[in-house]
Amino acid sequence: MEIPGILSIAIFLPFISAVIVAVFLTGKAARGFAVIASALELVVTGYIFVAHRQNGYDFSERITSWFPDSFPVQYFLSVDGISAPLILLTGLLGIVAIFASWNITERTKEHFMWLLLLQGAVIGVFTSMDFLLFFLFWELELIPMFFLISIWGTGRKEYSAMKFLIFTILGSAFMLIGILVIFAGTGTFDMTRISEALPSSNLIMPVGILFLFMSIGFAVKLPVFPLHTWLPDAHTDAPTAASVMLAGVLLKMGGYGLLRVSAGMFPDQLEKYAWVLALLGVINIIYGAAITIRQTDLKRLIAYSSVSHMGFVLLGLSAMGGVTSHLAMTGAALQMFTHGTITGLLFLTIGFIYERTHTRHIPDLGGLARRMPIFTVSFVVAGLASLGLPGTSGFVSEITIFLGAFPAFKLATIIAAFGVVLTAAYILWMIQRSMFGPERERFAQIGDATAVQVIPIGLLIVSIIGVGIYPAFVSDVFTEGITQMLNMTGAN
Amino acid sequence: MINEQLVWAIFFIPLASFCLLALLVRPFFNSYSYISGPIAIVSIGISFILSLLTFFEVATNSNHNLVSEPNSWLEIGDFHFTVGILMDPLTAVMLVVVTGVSLMVQIYSMGYMKPSNHGSENAEHHGPEELGKPVYARYFAYMSLFTASMLGLVMAANVVQLFVFWELVGLCSYLLIGFWFHRPAAAAAAKKAFIVTRIGDFGFLIALMYLFFKTHNKGDNYLEISVINANLPGLVDAGLITAGALTLIALGMFVGAIGKSGQFPLHTWLPDAMEGPTPVSALIHAATMVTAGVFLVARFFPIFEHSPDVMLIVTIIGGVTAIFAATMGLVANDIKRVLAYSTVSQLGYMMLALGVGAYGPAIFHLFTHAFFKALLFLGSGSVNHATGTFDMRYMGGLRRKMPITYITFLIGSLSLAGIFPLAGFWSKDEILLNAWDKGDVASIIGFSLALIAVFMTAFYMFRALLLTFEGDFRGGSDKDPEAQAHGPVHLTESPFPMVLPLVILAIPAVIIGFLVNPIKDFGGIPAHWFTHKLEHSLHLPPPPAFDPILAIISSLIALLGILLAWAMYKRNPYLSPATMGRVAGPIYTLFLNKYYVDEVYEKFITGRIYYNGIALISDWIDRNIVDRTVNIIGWLGANFGSLIRELQTGQTQMYATVTSVGIIIIAAVYIFGM
Repeated sequence: MEIPGILSIAIFLPFISAVIVAVFLTGKAARGFAVIASALELVVTGYIFVAHRQNGYDFSERITSWFPDSFPVQYFLSVDGISAPLILLTGLLGIVAIFASWNITERTKEHFMWLLLLQGAVIGVFTSMDFLLFFLFWELELIPMFFLISIWGTGRKEYSAMKFLIFTILGSAFMLIGILVIFAGTGTFDMTRISEALPSSNLIMPVGILFLFMSIGFAVKLPVFPLHTWLPDAHTDAPTAASVMLAGVLLKMGGYGLLRVSAGMFPDQLEKYAWVLALLGVINIIYGAAITIRQTDLKRLIAYSSVSHMGFVLLGLSAMGGVTSHLAMTGAALQMFTHGTITGLLFLTIGFIYERTHTRHIPDLGGLARRMPIFTVSFVVAGLASLGLPGTSGFVSEITIFLGAFPAFKLATIIAAFGVVLTAAYILWMIQRSMFGPERERFAQIGDATAVQVIPIGLLIVSIIGVGIYPAFVSDVFTEGITQMLNMTGAN
Repeated sequence: MINEQLVWAIFFIPLASFCLLALLVRPFFNSYSYISGPIAIVSIGISFILSLLTFFEVATNSNHNLVSEPNSWLEIGDFHFTVGILMDPLTAVMLVVVTGVSLMVQIYSMGYMKPSNHGSENAEHHGPEELGKPVYARYFAYMSLFTASMLGLVMAANVVQLFVFWELVGLCSYLLIGFWFHRPAAAAAAKKAFIVTRIGDFGFLIALMYLFFKTHNKGDNYLEISVINANLPGLVDAGLITAGALTLIALGMFVGAIGKSGQFPLHTWLPDAMEGPTPVSALIHAATMVTAGVFLVARFFPIFEHSPDVMLIVTIIGGVTAIFAATMGLVANDIKRVLAYSTVSQLGYMMLALGVGAYGPAIFHLFTHAFFKALLFLGSGSVNHATGTFDMRYMGGLRRKMPITYITFLIGSLSLAGIFPLAGFWSKDEILLNAWDKGDVASIIGFSLALIAVFMTAFYMFRALLLTFEGDFRGGSDKDPEAQAHGPVHLTESPFPMVLPLVILAIPAVIIGFLVNPIKDFGGIPAHWFTHKLEHSLHLPPPPAFDPILAIISSLIALLGILLAWAMYKRNPYLSPATMGRVAGPIYTLFLNKYYVDEVYEKFITGRIYYNGIALISDWIDRNIVDRTVNIIGWLGANFGSLIRELQTGQTQMYATVTSVGIIIIAAVYIFGM
């Protein structure tokens, strides 16, 4: 059964819950309500994903009379194969983030309010099919994240929050110009019509520049070298829940934009500059991995590993137009999903460990495994998935990207594939130094996960192993979306 | 009769055992963890029986294969990942080896891993409060997972499926080497094993990418192993892909095999892997997982055969590894390390055999080696159980105290040294014979290296045997400064669960060579039955006939090795080891320091070049150039922001910024629209 208006529900359920939390509730009541709201949201997003997967529903909602006719902005929501898994991912990490904030005592209700707002805004980004609406949600997401980092963060939190904000806003400024140019040329904000309208339209700037403007906004978000330096700072200083959301879903907005807009609307440009994408992808992967191994702060280490892993998304996209573009681009999309759950689990576990040890400095850790068997299992599973071990979701996305990208860029793919060795090195060394080795006196009284903490850990482990064992559950949906997109662009 | 479901059961039963132990017993019923051993043993026992039935089914089946349809797993574009069973004689042999040795090792583990086990290497682990219970369930869970993964590897019908299990056995190896993760050496060795083998896997991955690239538009699903072996050489002959492409694919796979089977130059992880519990060393790092590289080359043998350049490399690497590892085994003081170098060396023999085209003899040696090497490792564990140390300098005189361990260890040593008529004699002889018979330069080099290694093998095994069991007892863990625990040493024979597998494994170590692959018709067994079955689908030249002269020469060389060991390590030696060490001088030092390969890899390549070179520079660039540049841009942005801030006050600045941006957009759009 196709439930009408479910996409609006998915967006506004967190929004309204945020308002209720802010106005009526405090402390534990706010927390409890946030848990219920995010659980409902998980059900809603799960329904959207499964219904789309089984029945192909797109759940389109369209209010055309939102603005005067001369300004054709619509309230237009829809899902397809590219967005459906990302919506599910947002629902999943949303509840994980709430559980990650369980022990927040400072300004509790505000914290949950911002988290819920953030979740709604991200769902809005993934469902909007009107460019201006898309941009609105894209910008809206900044506000909760800014406050989450600057209020509940650690270290140089104000600096990091501001850096995050300025980078993204500068990126979106380019995007906004691009959106306006597209509108001026095609007369529409309807993202489903732009790709066909664009080639015949009269643009006020060269299409290559337009492509660049649009892509910069997404490149900052993904992030792409050399626009990535906001990420280590923001991740390191953000509270656990914000790190989970930031790495888990916010980066995916960049990848989503690259797929939906850069590839979907400018296929010719993307194919023309594919080598740039491949080159930047390799730099992200190798340069990112080399920096990662030098890090001594657990969160900063995982942050740089995200830079490295997002390079695989670029590499996958670079194969567009080639004979194996379906495979590579599905791999790129899959990498976004899998990285979301894997890195989400890494940040979550690190956050929980930090609550107990009060340090993330790797040389000060060590010998925790005996004290924390559950956290160790969680950390090791996430780490192994991150290095692409078969049986976990990380393997599926990496192998599909490698196989798909190789025919297009052989040398780049081989260099990128060496990333699996470098990744193994920093992940296993990190696990060895932080969890293994002799027990330390100062951690003698430290305990393992509480029952509440097992819930989000369990959810993510199940999704990591589940997709690893049965990848078609997610990949079939992505494949359908990618195929549809490639057919529309006539790229294949 | 064996059908597809029963073959799948061979794989799924140990997997179920893992799930039961890891998801139920370990988290919820840990105080009952003593049931873990029986659960694992029963499940592997069933798999063993099914494997034996499958083996006989395949052996008597007229087309030598059990055919089953692949199941679709993942389909994206041209990429069609199927899973299925490839059941040919090679798989059937591997199934028996894996389940058989695994069963013996797990029975042994019941005794060895027991919490009350005094003096053994896990002695330190169980504090008074936990009595080793968590260890027990975790141990058998990992062992079950390993067995399932290894079975999945040998059964795989699709090359991606094979790669999946290839990596999973690596995972189990990692988990089990680092089983005592509180020991820094064990944690480091586990990491090293994973990373070094992953360098090999990188080669395998490139082979996969290249294979897919060349074949994804050639009709059949060239990820199926049977399709690759049957059709890929044909594509080369038809000119549809180049011979160079095939060479690259084979070479990439061989790099993977080098990593997994500890061949030079990726051998360094295997001796360190001895940090794991001894039964693990017996099963994973001697009998099964490390043979996966040999298995891989055998699995894709038609591809290798079609790439003479790669075959040449296989021959040379095999021969060099055989002797290179043996030289390090000559001087090691740790009994497990002697055995580890021996394993590397014997794997070199198998690679050499494959390189000269002797497919059957390579697998034959894999088969016999699995039994006698597992026996030797379990024997070293038994010795450790009594003395608390692995350092042979603190052993001695155990022959009378541990007679069963002694006899079985002696049998294993004789078999490994290649003494007539034990199992190792027959399989090693086949390899030497084939290398000699092939006759080209590379084969003769390989043959010569392997023949010298025969002498070394006999020497180091009898050096180990004499140091351990003869002479006077030299104190065990009480005297060993590096022992894990210095508890009281009880010199008694090991308990029944440990002794039983020793005795059982000693039987095949004696007879299985002649039994499965006799040189002449023997009772109901036709001559060379085993190798014929294996090679039936390959079009190989007829194997050379048994050469008594060669057999006598190699036996004499082995006897010389034993003699030298006896002369040096008997009571009142004719040649004192210290003198010999001084005479050998720098060579002795070179062997003892493992040719400084570890130093080059760890200190120079990973330390100097990568960690303190490339990574350090990248990190510096990122902080001081990339970040600084963008911060300047950010500073400009921030000053721009402060202009706006003057228009706003308090916390609402951000909302206001966004709102004003929004208004500007809409206004701009209206203007455009007009």
